Amino acid sequence: MLISILTMSIMGLLFGLGLAYASKIFRVELDPNIERVLHALPGANCGACGMAGCASLAEAIVKGKADITSCAPGGQEVYNRIAEVLGIEKKVKKKKIARVRCNGGKRSVDRYEYTGFKKCSAVNLLSGGSKACRFGCLGFGDCVTVCPFDAIHLNENNIPVVDRIKCTACGKCVKACPRQIIILGNASDNVYVKCISRDKAAVVRNACPAGCIACRICEKLSGGVFTVEDNLSRADYAKAKSDTPWQVVIEKCPTKCIVKEG
Amino acid sequence: MDISIFLSVIIGAIFINNFILSKFLGLCSFIGISKETKPALYMGISVTFVITCASMITWVIYRFILVPYHIEYLRTISFILVIASFVQFVEIVIKRFSHALYKTLGIYLPLITVNCAVLGAAVLNSEMFFKPGVSTLASFTLSALQGFCVGIGYILVMLFMSGIRERLELCDIPASFKNAPIAFIIASLMSMAFMGFAGFRF
Repeated sequence: MLISILTMSIMGLLFGLGLAYASKIFRVELDPNIERVLHALPGANCGACGMAGCASLAEAIVKGKADITSCAPGGQEVYNRIAEVLGIEKKVKKKKIARVRCNGGKRSVDRYEYTGFKKCSAVNLLSGGSKACRFGCLGFGDCVTVCPFDAIHLNENNIPVVDRIKCTACGKCVKACPRQIIILGNASDNVYVKCISRDKAAVVRNACPAGCIACRICEKLSGGVFTVEDNLSRADYAKAKSDTPWQVVIEKCPTKCIVKEG
Repeated sequence: MDISIFLSVIIGAIFINNFILSKFLGLCSFIGISKETKPALYMGISVTFVITCASMITWVIYRFILVPYHIEYLRTISFILVIASFVQFVEIVIKRFSHALYKTLGIYLPLITVNCAVLGAAVLNSEMFFKPGVSTLASFTLSALQGFCVGIGYILVMLFMSGIRERLELCDIPASFKNAPIAFIIASLMSMAFMGFAGFRF
């Protein structure tokens, strides 16, 4: 009896002391800034920055491996707080939002009747999707399901619409869309081409009434902001001037695929 | 010393007495961390390392403390004490010397502390390689070998399970069977398959 009590107590004591000693000699010095940056971050562990969580981003920021503007959902407020903690210059980052570049929806022509699993990723695997347009939105709302902020919904035309206030540009919908229709763009550049079809005009016309037919009207009217390349009009916002006639371009687009949001 | 003893320990620990599928030890991590292959493999490696070291340390404790003082009945609690402190110690050391390794193994180490497979292996060693009062020939080597092979068996089954579950992600399973229920069914089927190694005894 006495022996067993003694043995256990001595063993426990030895192991306890050993661990205490080990934790002392093997102690790892942590940068206190990491903890402070971690407190400045939203702490949602959403993964939008591409790291495992807010803790890994905080570490990367302090070590200089990540930019202080890496946390997209945090926004300007978080950048300011991190800049304060680290004592560096504040950076202003333009607010970005997700942008859906397709306006077809119910209006675009179906190639076959799809009755399977109601996911864009699923229908996209079945001989390239049910739409006649190779590029267009499939309309099952994978982007809606994946959005953690409830900022994207299908409208009556079955096209996803982004809530400009709720969207934090976390990029989850960008990854979820099997056709890369959604991109992140500056919220201020709110006039854009709502089509990504690089097919020729004749093909686009047969597939969808809302597609870009590369008529080059926007190119002429906008003074070089819009350029047509690969049968598709694109906007270069760096060339935009204060007198760029956005409204005229939007009105003159024959298929109304240049739109203004917000 | 016959080589067949080593062979029978190896085959026995990996297949016939596979800890997960025949002895039903370590099931928590078997269901919990088998959703993807990579974490399953890392967990398996950590478990193998811990079981091998724990087998050696508990042999020393059993042989030189518990047996001489005739307090073998303290086996369970003293082994748990040893294993828990050992895992803590390993965690501290890894954290200090290899941050990359700590990141991959770090989250699994606390889980292993309470993994019954580790204690199971230590107890099994003390039962197999000790006659009452004395250790048998080469029992230290055999204990370490058995611990290592138990870990290999664990890795093997974890890889099977995670491979199957990764494929199941793409299957159309009834909603009520998703995740854990289907995993239990698979586990039972695999367990029956592994019974084939031991043979039926009625």
